[in-house]
Amino acid sequence: MRHRLTCIVCPLGCLIEVEVENDRVTEVIGYKCPRGRDWAINEIINPKRIVMSVVKVKNGKLPTVSVKTTKPIPKEKIPELMKVLAQIEIKAPVRVGQVILENPLDLETKIVATRDVESV
Amino acid sequence: MMESYDVIVIGGGPAGLAAAVKAKELGLETLLLDENEFLGGILPQCIHPGFGIHYFKEELTGPEFAHRFIEKIKDVGVRYQTSTYVLNIENYSDLEKKIVFSSPKGIKEVWTKTVIYAAGARERHAFEIGIVGDRVAGIYTAGEAQTLMDIYGIMPGKEIVIVGSGDVGLIMARRFALEGAKVKAVIELMPYPGGLARNVMILRDFNIPLYLSHKVVEVRGRARVEKIKVVKVDENLKEIPKSEFWIDADTLLISAGLVPNVKLLQRIGVEIDPSTGGPIVNELLETTVPGIFVAGNALLINDLVDYVAEQGELAAFGAKEFIENEGIPSKRWIKLENGQNIRLLAPHYLSGERDVYVYARVSTPMENVKIVFPEIKKELRFPILRPAEMLRIRLRAEEIRRAEKKITMEAIPQ
Repeated sequence: MRHRLTCIVCPLGCLIEVEVENDRVTEVIGYKCPRGRDWAINEIINPKRIVMSVVKVKNGKLPTVSVKTTKPIPKEKIPELMKVLAQIEIKAPVRVGQVILENPLDLETKIVATRDVESV
Repeated sequence: MMESYDVIVIGGGPAGLAAAVKAKELGLETLLLDENEFLGGILPQCIHPGFGIHYFKEELTGPEFAHRFIEKIKDVGVRYQTSTYVLNIENYSDLEKKIVFSSPKGIKEVWTKTVIYAAGARERHAFEIGIVGDRVAGIYTAGEAQTLMDIYGIMPGKEIVIVGSGDVGLIMARRFALEGAKVKAVIELMPYPGGLARNVMILRDFNIPLYLSHKVVEVRGRARVEKIKVVKVDENLKEIPKSEFWIDADTLLISAGLVPNVKLLQRIGVEIDPSTGGPIVNELLETTVPGIFVAGNALLINDLVDYVAEQGELAAFGAKEFIENEGIPSKRWIKLENGQNIRLLAPHYLSGERDVYVYARVSTPMENVKIVFPEIKKELRFPILRPAEMLRIRLRAEEIRRAEKKITMEAIPQ
């Protein structure tokens, strides 16, 4: 199967094509640098993303606090992680960088707060 | 005795925060005013990463970027007031300006020598882009939906059509998809996407269809949006007859660009550049009214917060120059003009006394292009330039001085 990607490593935006057969990359064309090549292969074989959302806050000046994963996680795990985040509620005050969840779903990442929320 | 300051900064977003910190560090008596309950402008609701790569050399989310500046505001001891809405700027003389504002303590007035106006931009709304039909619930600007979701934790809808493929529209497409809503389409008027390449990739992540050269023309629904009419447009952006189709959706998200928020400035006679929608400024970001400076999206629509903060700091430096010299000293100003394929640029007047960063956008996507300043014989080559990516080009003082009266900026094929 042939995948077409626009590279995002730099502003050049090369159109890279990755050929995959039986989960193995057989051909990569269109890249102008090795970084682009590596990015395109990872993007097809094991795409990862930083995930961000908000979680509920009890007794806060704001009803939510924004959070993110400290490391990119595999793309296919995102919906599952979002469900976990939708179920939790934490108590104000919350501080930037505070760990909200340690190692959720064994993803080897942390969920940290990205804004302060004062308590009422 | 009425309070008096060297600088009043209007707006507590990234431009205003950076301006206030720098002004205070330069030894100026500074007061920052913001209409919101909390500082940060729109940053606290921009919970996605991608902020501060240039300024802090690391990738932060919007709230984290804001947090760092708010800490700085406290560290250097800038006075600030939230829930404060500036009603009027009165310009009595170069070093005497009165700011009238409403606050929880009532209407107040303060004197200041200079103003740094950093009030950002507003979003274009449905009526401005020619959408007709039923005026029902479920029509939001992207920023409104973002505030609802990411500050107040409320989902605005379940089945979404987004108008506009700029960065804001694309980021909201991801946000909705992550939260489990169905993003049915992104509709883009132009034949190319409006956002940065890395954001366009979001559509692939969530299998969201992008309709280029298409336009939303009508909304139908009884109490809430039910269906949305889309038509194809030709290369002159004219609707193609019989090309229309309907998409069922309960929510229409308008992300059709931002307009610098300059009403207060126009009232005191600040001249506006029709191509940026913001004020005409010199190299220290001073407007055509002496002592009134402008930075951030009120100056021109930026795509990186890093440049916004940089503009805030430059305006603060301008305010210091202004106060020390009772005006910005320059023997002559050289006009910087947009020529072929340059849609907009700032600043507009250069002195040749210092190096200047020029911010500009091209009119259409171009490959193998050179940016040329013919009068000063400067040329830069680029493999690709897109309207979505703002150019930032340094002109050296000695280069600027080569020009007699004006410098033109052009984008032409190599």
